[in-house]
Amino acid sequence: MHNTATIGEDRRAGGESQRPGGESRGKGESRRLDIEAIRKDFPILETTVYGYPLVYLDNAATTQKPLAVLNAMDEYYRTINSNVHRGVHYLSQRATDAVEAARVTLADFINARHAYEVIFTRGTTESINLVAACFGKKFLQEGDSILVSGMEHHSNIVPWQMICEEKKATLKVIPIDENGELILDGLDEVLRGGVKLVAFNYVSNALGTINPAREIIAAAHRHGIPVLLDAAQAIQHMAVDVQDLDVDFLAFSSHKLYGPTGIGILYGKEEWLNQLPPYQGGGEMIKTVTFARTTYNDLPFKFEAGTPDMAGMIGLGAAVRYVQELGLDNIQHAEHELMGYALDVLREIKGFRLIGNVDAGHRAGVISFLVGNIHPFDMGEILDQQGIAVRTGHHCAQPIMDRYCIPGTVRASLAVYNTPAEMDRLAAGIRKAVTLLG
Amino acid sequence: MTIQETQDEIIDDFEVFGDWMDKYEHIIQMGKELPLIDPQYKTEDNLIKGCQSKVWLHAEYRDGNLYFTADSDAAITKGLVSMVIQVLSGHTPEQITGAEIYFIDAIGLRNHLSSTRSNGLLSMLKQIKLYALAFQAKSLQSKL
Repeated sequence: MHNTATIGEDRRAGGESQRPGGESRGKGESRRLDIEAIRKDFPILETTVYGYPLVYLDNAATTQKPLAVLNAMDEYYRTINSNVHRGVHYLSQRATDAVEAARVTLADFINARHAYEVIFTRGTTESINLVAACFGKKFLQEGDSILVSGMEHHSNIVPWQMICEEKKATLKVIPIDENGELILDGLDEVLRGGVKLVAFNYVSNALGTINPAREIIAAAHRHGIPVLLDAAQAIQHMAVDVQDLDVDFLAFSSHKLYGPTGIGILYGKEEWLNQLPPYQGGGEMIKTVTFARTTYNDLPFKFEAGTPDMAGMIGLGAAVRYVQELGLDNIQHAEHELMGYALDVLREIKGFRLIGNVDAGHRAGVISFLVGNIHPFDMGEILDQQGIAVRTGHHCAQPIMDRYCIPGTVRASLAVYNTPAEMDRLAAGIRKAVTLLG
Repeated sequence: MTIQETQDEIIDDFEVFGDWMDKYEHIIQMGKELPLIDPQYKTEDNLIKGCQSKVWLHAEYRDGNLYFTADSDAAITKGLVSMVIQVLSGHTPEQITGAEIYFIDAIGLRNHLSSTRSNGLLSMLKQIKLYALAFQAKSLQSKL
């Protein structure tokens, strides 16, 4: 469905000296990743917690960072740190080249038509807020509506609620079924009723459901409605191609993609970004300023007010190159296998209740569950005592928890460096918690 | 026993536990000994909302002392609540408002006190002190 493999191949043709995962691969073939070699790229995975080797299964909250990222950021500060885009001097030009190269890397990664359609933000949340504020300001009127799904993160609910309240518009919701899938019957009818934009997540952070993005985008476009896709939980697990999806806006964070915190991406189609008013005012986003009038800069700078997070941009670029070297198809394959294995061992636990889709093929990254009547918070604490990091609670998606009438779940979330042995540790840890708490 | 003596006793109790499993087993057992809140008081008003686990708390003032009953939906929280109540229940409002609760940290459950977002325990301590302050003010007024 995508062509990031092609990008990977081009890069190989260019001759890479460092290859993460340590293994060579044949041209164009899918490759079995050497997970043990990959683990060596992540120094933090050697951590010991209360005497146990760390099992890090909170990857949907944030992933760990490979040496390639740490080194790129360290090198930036050591060798070329300087403010970008304005300086005439050598360092400033080097820094500008480096951050703009990162933008090109990101554009390649999601197959954007133009690098200037890639806006650096602080993360998914800011990307969504930017579109909500700017799109809302220009296009939303009293009586209009914004359509989101019933499985959104609060970040893809609250910004829309805020702009809807301001514009006296309404927020509509695509319902979800017991299996954690969106109910799309009747979507066309809803879309006919004054919807100005559709916003939903590609993969649910609370359930792991992979939503039929292409189908929903096509349906919205039949009514001339643009779509924002929250790819925060998809971008690290599967190839995302904005042209193939024909999506209008795409948001994701660096820190869930093995990159540094505090930086993220908003992709927008040129024609949409050009129609939106600027988000924040300040340096970089202007062309000329007088007290009478300011003219705004072109894309992407129009949306990048102030000195950007240069080290973050470079770190994210390095993270994306790392992921491309592994190959997202290879990552997806490895994680899919691991997900299947995890579900198999977890299902053997008495009282284990998976929340969401039972089909491993319809989910990515996240295993949300309860065991018997054990409170997720208790389970999380007993797992922590065994060196196993999971998340507990409502995962900033309270409406989903209400949908299932549960206070929250335990969430184990996977990354490329997780192993079947760690899934065994998780299962054993849960069993121990059951003997204590059950 | 004073508030401090009860805390020191709890800390001593915990010192015998060699591994964390025994410690948690004890905490969960303590939860089973919690003086449970009368269901009629298990209301939204008496609910102390932490981000993750719920705690219901009720206070009664008898013969100059405050007595607490409570419940929680999470077993470990319930055990901690039980210990807090064991420490603070049956003391005067003055003693309670002036008390420093250090045993939770000392038995190695610092994360229960370090973040208000993670659980209801810290909010519960605040609520207990608020009750004590309110009764303290009331008894001062009646003396005037």
